[in-house]
Amino acid sequence: MSDSYYGRPILKQPTWTWEIPCYFFAGGLAGAAAPFALACELRGDEALARRAWLVALAGVAASPALLVSDLGRPERFHHMLRVFKPTSPMSIGSWILASSSSAVALAAARSVLGWFPRLGRAAGATAVLGPALATYTGVLVADTAVPVWHEARRELPWVFAAGAAMSAGSAIALIGGGAPARRLALTGAAGELAATTVMEQRLGALGEPYHEGAAGRFGQAAKTLTAAGAVIMAAVGRRRAGAVAGGALMLAGAMATRWSIYKAGFQSVADPKYVVEPQRARRARA
Amino acid sequence: MTERVGFFTDTSVCIGCKACEVACKEWNNVPEDGLNFTGESYDNTSALGADTWRHVAFIEQQHDGTPRWLMSSDVCKHCTSAACLEVCPTGALFRTEFGTVVVQQDVCNGCGYCVPACPYGVIEKREEDGRAFKCTLCYDRLKDDMTPACAQACPTESIQFGPLEELRARAFERLEVLHVAGEAGARLYGEDPDDGVGGAGSIFLLLDEPEVYGLPPDPVSTTRDLGSMWRAAAGAGAALLAGVAVAAFGGRR
Repeated sequence: MSDSYYGRPILKQPTWTWEIPCYFFAGGLAGAAAPFALACELRGDEALARRAWLVALAGVAASPALLVSDLGRPERFHHMLRVFKPTSPMSIGSWILASSSSAVALAAARSVLGWFPRLGRAAGATAVLGPALATYTGVLVADTAVPVWHEARRELPWVFAAGAAMSAGSAIALIGGGAPARRLALTGAAGELAATTVMEQRLGALGEPYHEGAAGRFGQAAKTLTAAGAVIMAAVGRRRAGAVAGGALMLAGAMATRWSIYKAGFQSVADPKYVVEPQRARRARA
Repeated sequence: MTERVGFFTDTSVCIGCKACEVACKEWNNVPEDGLNFTGESYDNTSALGADTWRHVAFIEQQHDGTPRWLMSSDVCKHCTSAACLEVCPTGALFRTEFGTVVVQQDVCNGCGYCVPACPYGVIEKREEDGRAFKCTLCYDRLKDDMTPACAQACPTESIQFGPLEELRARAFERLEVLHVAGEAGARLYGEDPDDGVGGAGSIFLLLDEPEVYGLPPDPVSTTRDLGSMWRAAAGAGAALLAGVAVAAFGGRR
């Protein structure tokens, strides 16, 4: 009983609903697919670039819809754009999403339809900053009092970056992306498995929520799906059926990782011990 | 900016009358927060939230072999480094001329970021409304030189309102009196300007560990770690770019 007041949580549960882990997935997809598309253009492979721009476009098209739908007052979504606030990762993120989604739309319009040839090229070049869309979300969740998010602040951007590469590579491979897309997917898969493992190791006892309940089930599913998808992609990805199966499994793996992180946050808030014990220990050290 | 004001809640003289809860609700038109019977001593409001801006905690415990009943009126801490305000992406949360932290309800779009950011679990989204709500330290009353409703209604001066520096001095004096009287467990909470939130605008005198009252032992405004977080994001972003380049250029098509 002395751990907290009638065992009640000290922190409030995040208000974010299913849209948010889905946005992490969609934003990551776009954040990795856009620079990949640019790289393909630079290599002179317009056909592959077109596929990658379409994947990026799908990601940036879904993202604002998901975010606006999560707001308590969706009709006020534009209030995000009335300030630029460096202390708020969500403010920075809103501007990152607003600018990169416009850039991707223009670049895709040029690549697919041939519209705005010069503007589209210029917009496409800004895709070198695309990874910001994939990694800022790590800062977004880490800048909260939620124990398993804040204490994983050094690893979360890496988990999101690797998952972005894996999902973008998988999605592009699914629609005929060939060897470069497969390489991207496999690099991302290895990165995500590594980053997730490092994160769980470094969290130590505080990482418990990642292994329990819904977070644990999503986490286990993520590892299994990712590993299975990567093996299939590496072994038979050259064939269409292999690329589709491996890509689909890895896409599901990337989504499951995001759900695992999302759920673990709620679980670590529900039990006050994850808040009280580390803080007590910190105070004892001071 | 006028002088920074705040609360000093001296829980050693709280009698658990809940006049603060009622006065706050009346003045600020806060909706009812559930007609519940929790069975947790005299507490039926349980925690601070969107519809509970003052919350009186009741703790029944054994202390030196005799029963003891602790009561404490909790409230928003109006932190010096306020995480809710810092992460708010619309500027709805702002610092007033009195040094307090208030939500502008006509600006808030209900993104909910302030909710998990608050290290005390104070601010909350009102589900049926969609926006975030918390104590305003009676911003409207302050502008008319009036005492906040809770402090006005408190019959024992457990809730004191005034310039923060003055309250802090008073808190240390009161702590000294209690220590001399043999109340060894008495301690101040939120009085240290060097703590994780830069010192609270609502300071407390407690008789037991903060967690007993449902308060975090060492709260931190997480935005102080923003530098290391953005560095991690930049590193990961650069690695992603490198990975993309290697995948696109490094090998056969």
